[in-house]
Amino acid sequence: MELIIKKRIKQVLKGDQNAYGEIVELYKDKVYHVCYRMLGNRHEAEDMAQEAFIRAYTNIHKFDIDRKFSTWLYRIATNLCIDRIRKKKPDYYLDAEVSGTEGLTMYSQIQTDEPLPEEEVESMELQSTIQKEISTLPEKYRSVIVLKYIEELSLKEISDILDLPLGTVKTRIHRGREALRKQLRTL
Amino acid sequence: MNTCPDKVVHMMHDYLDEELSQENEKELKQHLQECEACRTHFHELKRTIAFVQSTSHIQAPSNFTKSVMNKLPKEKKKVGMERWFKKHPMIVAAAVFFLLMSGSLFTTWNDGKEFAFTKSENIVVDGQTVIVPQGEIVEEDIVVHNGDLRVEGEVKGDVTLINGKRYMAGAGTITGDIEEIDQAFEWLWYNIKSSFQELGDLVQSDEKNE
Ligand SMILES: [Zn+2]
Repeated sequence: MELIIKKRIKQVLKGDQNAYGEIVELYKDKVYHVCYRMLGNRHEAEDMAQEAFIRAYTNIHKFDIDRKFSTWLYRIATNLCIDRIRKKKPDYYLDAEVSGTEGLTMYSQIQTDEPLPEEEVESMELQSTIQKEISTLPEKYRSVIVLKYIEELSLKEISDILDLPLGTVKTRIHRGREALRKQLRTL
Repeated sequence: MNTCPDKVVHMMHDYLDEELSQENEKELKQHLQECEACRTHFHELKRTIAFVQSTSHIQAPSNFTKSVMNKLPKEKKKVGMERWFKKHPMIVAAAVFFLLMSGSLFTTWNDGKEFAFTKSENIVVDGQTVIVPQGEIVEEDIVVHNGDLRVEGEVKGDVTLINGKRYMAGAGTITGDIEEIDQAFEWLWYNIKSSFQELGDLVQSDEKNE
């Protein structure tokens, strides 16, 4: 995978824009997913994920080809999401609550034909509750939790992505887990 | 409610990060067996992780890549054309074939292409061949258009040959730079390129439709 990516990056550096399309294809779901879990809203997630790919493209000459491309890309994406969260007005939490139900409506739109089994509805409700709780986590805990438990990245990689010392990443994960535990214990 | 030392909770988290030493792991397990409050706490943490991990992976919208590509700054036209050439080698080959078959290429080429050379006291001309005779030294540069150059003596200047051949006799030397230009080839190349210039616009719209 990394080999193909490196080949494509070299083509992009030579000015071949189509080669970049393949890179976007390979990473779009992961990047979008991270943004969605960070922001808790599909529209915003799409905006930020697209912006991340555009920034990666315009800064591709700054990418160190000997490093892992996904780490660099995640870094751009998470930084954009963190900026976005910080810029949000205090009514953000209200937003998050509304957006929590979004997964549900999107999902039910896809499956209009047959009514959903009860357990699936339950699982979707659970999912949106979890997403809502993730969305209420302070940004610094949210990013580490998303990268560790949703993208399943190692602590070392998370520290590279967020440009934070390993110790800080650990502390934030511990606190993030504790905060979530308190929020989700009643489920 | 939980009056146990913070250390226990720290150990739980280190355990969850797979960073707890075996020794401490024993200590933690021992404590969890004895203390219900910590057992609950630990269970809740594990449950929290399971919840977070249970969130399904969602996919990017179907038009995602296309929207990104449309928003990228435009690439240089040159690369677009080069890629188009590579993608459609048969059309390029056919275009070259027609250019050659039409014959127009070489007839126009020969029109008004006369033998010409820079005058110099020490040179002799035989037909379309410029000769630097044995023993003669040409100090200046020599340029020959559409003719050959035969060097038996010495040329101290630069030699430029446009559509001609260079013959060096045994004692002949050229101390300056030698440049030989095969204009027929370059002209052919130019023609191919210019006939594609019109296609350039086609290439652009072709890519938009992709
Ligand atoms: Zn205890």
